[in-house]
Amino acid sequence: MSGLKGWREIPIGGLILDAGNAEQYKTGSWRTYRPVWDEGKCIHCLFCWIYCPDSAIIVEEGKMKGIDLEHCKGCGICAEECPPKEKAIEMVLEGEGKGV
Amino acid sequence: MGKIVALTGNDAAGTAMVQIKPDVVAAFPITPQTELMHKFADAVADGEVDTEFVLVESEHSAMSAAVGAAAAGARVMTATSANGFALMWEIVYIAASNRLPIVMTLVNRALSAPINIHCDHSDSMGGRDAGWIQIHSENSQEVYDNLIQGVKIAENKDVLLPVMVTSDGFILSHTLERMEILDEEDVHRFVGEYKPAHTLLDVDHPVTFGPLDLPDYYFEHKRQQVLAMEEARRVILEVGKEFEKLSGRGYGFLEEYQMEGAERAIVALGSTAGTVKQVVDALRERGERVGLIKLRVFRPFPKEELLEALREVKVVAIFDRSHSFGSFGGPLFTEVRSVLYGSDISVEVLNYIYGLGGRNISLEEIEGVFSDLQGVIERGGVKERINYLGVRE
Repeated sequence: MSGLKGWREIPIGGLILDAGNAEQYKTGSWRTYRPVWDEGKCIHCLFCWIYCPDSAIIVEEGKMKGIDLEHCKGCGICAEECPPKEKAIEMVLEGEGKGV
Repeated sequence: MGKIVALTGNDAAGTAMVQIKPDVVAAFPITPQTELMHKFADAVADGEVDTEFVLVESEHSAMSAAVGAAAAGARVMTATSANGFALMWEIVYIAASNRLPIVMTLVNRALSAPINIHCDHSDSMGGRDAGWIQIHSENSQEVYDNLIQGVKIAENKDVLLPVMVTSDGFILSHTLERMEILDEEDVHRFVGEYKPAHTLLDVDHPVTFGPLDLPDYYFEHKRQQVLAMEEARRVILEVGKEFEKLSGRGYGFLEEYQMEGAERAIVALGSTAGTVKQVVDALRERGERVGLIKLRVFRPFPKEELLEALREVKVVAIFDRSHSFGSFGGPLFTEVRSVLYGSDISVEVLNYIYGLGGRNISLEEIEGVFSDLQGVIERGGVKERINYLGVRE
């Protein structure tokens, strides 16, 4: 485990002193299923953005822009919450992603 | 100037808490701790303290509330006994591992089953590996004194560990005793203001408490806890000396009673030490070379001090008021024998398990132990290493 800090170099008690540093922890590799977004079907209701527990829905100027696959754990909540008429997000098994 | 009063152990602990004026107290009642919290709840209701007193639905919640409040930067105290402590279990470890200086009175009581409300040390010994500093008390005065010192030890920036102060259930908790309490201003000046470096409520410096810690860092955090316990050795002595200046009562890791020239000794925790002192005095009157080592601090375990105290002793009996079933002897015995092994001290060590479930220990039984020790010296050997004192055959 080279590159990791020794016990004298880290804050005590597991404290994390830097705010918002969860971003540095990449959790994308945890995924079994990957969300695949179809931009043409998307109505930008942003339900996926509201429900995503990992802040992995990328939104710019009020529009859905894509999914942050470095942090998305593949829970599938976005696909579940995507309105049934649109079905703009589909979960596919990792490694079988179509064109992504 | 302090004043002389008559208080039970529970009132003594409650009085210490009222004088310390913690920011937050979270507690759930359990015999024999209940009266302690009655005393404190009275002070809250009467406006003597402005403590946020959280009445929870279980001890698991009591320790959880204590952890949350301590992480938010509050000075936090609580108290419990036996099964209440057992129910706290999960959070007891979390308090220590998150390095939160919570101070708790543990009014010792036997763990169920069979259900029993009286004193033994199975509860506190069960928590010996949780990472808490553990200070034992012989009498109500020590319960009071240890709590006040406990706050200062726990909050020291080199320590930052929770402290458990024990009080033998009923024997101390419900027995009226003459003791001295300090002036409230003196207590306040002594414990000082608690200024934690990091708190959840410091919005300008946001921090995360209690995150996930996987194989890459968990071990490092445990190693830090080892260091904190080592630092606590120095701090316990410093605080004990400072407390002596304030009160005239000095405290170290252990008390050596009549150990000058003693060939036979007993090592005991808590109120039993007081009973042993009486036997030691009587036997000394008859010219017998006997003494007592009263262990005050069990965590961190005072290895060096104990070895020094046992240097001239030929045979020593370790009194355990709890048992570790299936182990070779009680928890105090195994610890003492372990520090002796490999040292340059040659002393026979016997174990006496006694007092489980509040079984009284008599002066005659203690005298009988000293006779056993004399037998070991005369025979030059040990017949029974692990003994059960006061159990009916």
